[in-house]
Amino acid sequence: MDIKEIQTIDHDVLVVGAGGAGIRAAIECAQLGLNTGMISKSLLGKAHTVMAEGGAAAAMGNVDKRDNWKIHFRDTMRGGKFLNQWRMAELHAQQAPDRVRELEEWGAVFDRTPDGLINQRNFGGHRYPRLAHVGDRTGLEIIRTLQDFCIHKGIATHMECTGLDLLLDSGRVAGLVGYWRETGRFVIFRTKAVIFATGGGGRAWQVTSNSWEYTGDGLGMAYRAGAELMDLEFTQFHPTGMMWPPSVKGTLVTEGVRGEGGVLLNNKGERFMFKYIPQRFAAETADTIEEAERWVKGDKNARRPPELLTRDVVARAIKKEVEEGRGSPHGGAFLDIASRRPADFIKKKLPSMYHQFKELAEVDITKEPMEVGPTLHYFMGGIRVDADTQATTVPGLFACGECSAGMHGANRLGGNSLSDLLVFGKLAGIGARDYVKNVSQGKIDEGQATAVIRNATAPLNREEGPNPYTVQEDLQKTMQQLVGLIRSAAELQKALSEIERIKKDIEKVKAHAAPQYNPGWNAAIDLNNLIVTAQAVAMAALAREESRGGHTRIDFEGEREEGLTYNVILNKDPNGKMQLRKEPRQTPPKHLADIAYAKIEDLERQNG
Amino acid sequence: MAERTFRVWRGDKTGGQFVEYKIEIDKGMVVLDAIHRIQEQKASDLACRWNCKAGKCGSCSMEINGKPKLGCMTRMNSFKEDEVITIKPLKTFPIIKDLVTDVSWNYEQNKRIAPLKLPPRPKDGKYRMYQRDADRVQEFRKCIECYLCQNVCHVLRDQHKKDKFVGPRFMIRLASLEMHPLDTEDRIEKIKNEYGSGYCNITKCCTDVCPEHIHITDNGIIPLKERVVDRFFDPIAILLHKIFGKKKSS
Ligand SMILES: Cc1cc2nc3c(=O)[nH]c(=O)nc-3n(C[C@H](O)[C@H](O)[C@H](O)COP(=O)(O)OP(=O)(O)OC[C@H]3O[C@@H](n4cnc5c(N)ncnc54)[C@H](O)[C@@H]3O)c2cc1C
Ligand code: SF4
Ligand code: SF4
Ligand code: FES
Repeated sequence: MDIKEIQTIDHDVLVVGAGGAGIRAAIECAQLGLNTGMISKSLLGKAHTVMAEGGAAAAMGNVDKRDNWKIHFRDTMRGGKFLNQWRMAELHAQQAPDRVRELEEWGAVFDRTPDGLINQRNFGGHRYPRLAHVGDRTGLEIIRTLQDFCIHKGIATHMECTGLDLLLDSGRVAGLVGYWRETGRFVIFRTKAVIFATGGGGRAWQVTSNSWEYTGDGLGMAYRAGAELMDLEFTQFHPTGMMWPPSVKGTLVTEGVRGEGGVLLNNKGERFMFKYIPQRFAAETADTIEEAERWVKGDKNARRPPELLTRDVVARAIKKEVEEGRGSPHGGAFLDIASRRPADFIKKKLPSMYHQFKELAEVDITKEPMEVGPTLHYFMGGIRVDADTQATTVPGLFACGECSAGMHGANRLGGNSLSDLLVFGKLAGIGARDYVKNVSQGKIDEGQATAVIRNATAPLNREEGPNPYTVQEDLQKTMQQLVGLIRSAAELQKALSEIERIKKDIEKVKAHAAPQYNPGWNAAIDLNNLIVTAQAVAMAALAREESRGGHTRIDFEGEREEGLTYNVILNKDPNGKMQLRKEPRQTPPKHLADIAYAKIEDLERQNG
Repeated sequence: MAERTFRVWRGDKTGGQFVEYKIEIDKGMVVLDAIHRIQEQKASDLACRWNCKAGKCGSCSMEINGKPKLGCMTRMNSFKEDEVITIKPLKTFPIIKDLVTDVSWNYEQNKRIAPLKLPPRPKDGKYRMYQRDADRVQEFRKCIECYLCQNVCHVLRDQHKKDKFVGPRFMIRLASLEMHPLDTEDRIEKIKNEYGSGYCNITKCCTDVCPEHIHITDNGIIPLKERVVDRFFDPIAILLHKIFGKKKSS
């Protein structure tokens, strides 16, 4: 192979990923005058962000004037079990309102309040109605707005182009090798900086709300380039995925159903969430059905229903009900909005849920309850970044959105992702610009590029070997069974040895036919990242001997004080092995600690 | 479980043919699940786009037994028990491979359309827009860009006038901008002269296939055509426009 024959494209900055975070970052780079490229595995507008339903959290106070950034920050820290990077949660809460309003300027048409402002809805863990939304298709509105805006900014969008690995020049980013799905041909991007916005890695599990694209590519590529990964033990299982039919198991049912008044019932018709209110939230959660009902009707003095507790709490409660024999026929719980809201209201507020159940499960949610259960949904952990610039530990590499770590701590609140994408997408763009100003284009090392390409084509060149889909399924089963919602040391150790076994299969995997638009080959390549992701999650989960947020250990129940003192960091050691360390956390800045631990009433008074 | 027969078009821009696959189908499966099963068991290189598997991203458009549909929203039990299921790529766009077509032309059309232009923000920084006005625009913004409407529009599909008409998808994109309560841009002249509103003869085939049930013709294209007519053929409207620069025939 002659490297000179490979197509080369030059950019100042290449953004990898065209979800909300990637497009927002690319817009920022382009507006700051950089020659900006953006690649994505799918077509523009089809990334995960398009699937987000409920809304984008921003303390605009349009519906309840008592809201402000401090309360949003406090909610985020409490939801994240205080393991968030304080500065990220602060920046997010402060900047989210401006980012949402900016979207309106760029064309987003959010649902309105009676006096014509952007409407905001209730969501789990958010003290006040805070999610700017469009029915239950907020993600579509956001990605389409960004997409329609970015096409006029001179960004070179390279669609259906998958990044394989970074190219480094003495440890700093010099470019990236990728391939075009259409032709199977390779391309080298020569760039001064790269921004990863590749989303999560949910495809490592069997039951997930994630699509084929979410194989942890950003994590894998960053890891191989020497970057640090953080907080990988915190994987969010969304409490309400579809349970039936089998082909849609895991598909998301938005939390908006509960935000609009839906309740969870077991097979005895009991509203079981009242039994599972954690101490920390007791003061702010309704403890009787009567009070919960008043809240739904808009009584501002009533406390929130327990169905809107954070996702980790609700997911574990459902699992417990099922284990104790009170589950629904397909092993979940019932989510009922039919008996609580008129049909018209449901169709207006939750149109795509109505559609989804009608078409995929033949269930009319205005007449019957839905069957729901936990589904792997979101990665709180990811690539470690600097809070203000989104720079990773590899010079020239930045990361934002779901593939980065820190903002959400041990558990993400619903609606905090869409706003995260916007806030940190922009900051990553600025971070990259500031970096690019002072560096020249690094040298492309032909040896590195050749190795990446050889590795990618290997599955096509083998005579025989395991089928990539079978290997993927094997890994998914392992993660589902051994690294699920509730974990134990014995199971995690077993998972790690299974992962070693699967690694050997991945080295031998065989893809058939030609490289042109070949999903089997694409899946074979993705396995390289999926396995890094799986191993990182299992190792981090084994190291954290406590239960906190999206990480639950049956052998270490409850939060431990020690757990708050560190973050789990993973990286590649000099021998190419994954190594783990517990990095001590800094003491939080006083002004932020004061807010996080303040009484809610004191913060409310700070408005106006 | 039951065995079902699928005829899937396999090939690329140089040509192709239908290939038959027999696979087991479980309860509750959709056509896209069947395609995935074919990939897993029979043809790992069968090309097909998908992302959300829930009718939200518009990736999995195909022609199933002659009807343009989303593979992920077409349930297997919507067919007769012994019906052979024939799956083809969209006809209106050039083939890349198997069920995947080159839809880049659509992205090019979008670039030609002038984006939203809002007046400066009011003093308190908050734009105001009422839900009843938003409703109108939100209907169009439900579009998931599956391009099924583009695929059936005879102006594009049979008459090959891609250089003259942007197609129903972009007519409603234009409608969403033109009917935006705060927009100040004027696109009427271009709607007639560049985007080709005159080519649409309101057959409504586009509306029939839209998985989002957008009233593409009644609520989008017809009102736009009316605005064009008002502007170009109504002397009073032309005069008003000239004198006051009035933008919309509200
Ligand atoms: C069903 C569902 C509903 C949700 N609802 C909400 C909600 O209501 N509110 C909320 O705040 N959050 C919600 N979330 C979470 C939120 O949508 C995601 O966390 C968020 O969209 C992630 O955005 P992102 O920009 O980081 O990445 P994504 O939108 O996931 O995009 C990743 C991009 O990276 C690209 N990519 C990946 N790997 C590569 C590679 N190797 N080479 C090139 N490109 C690559 C992909 O093609 C894609 O373009 C929901 C998620 C799901 C699945
Ligand atoms: S109504 Fe117009 S746009 Fe729609 S299919 Fe017919 S000609 Fe095409
Ligand atoms: S208007 Fe309907 S049919 Fe056309 S692209 Fe949009 S969603 Fe698809
Ligand atoms: S896969 Fe998204 S619409 Fe079918």
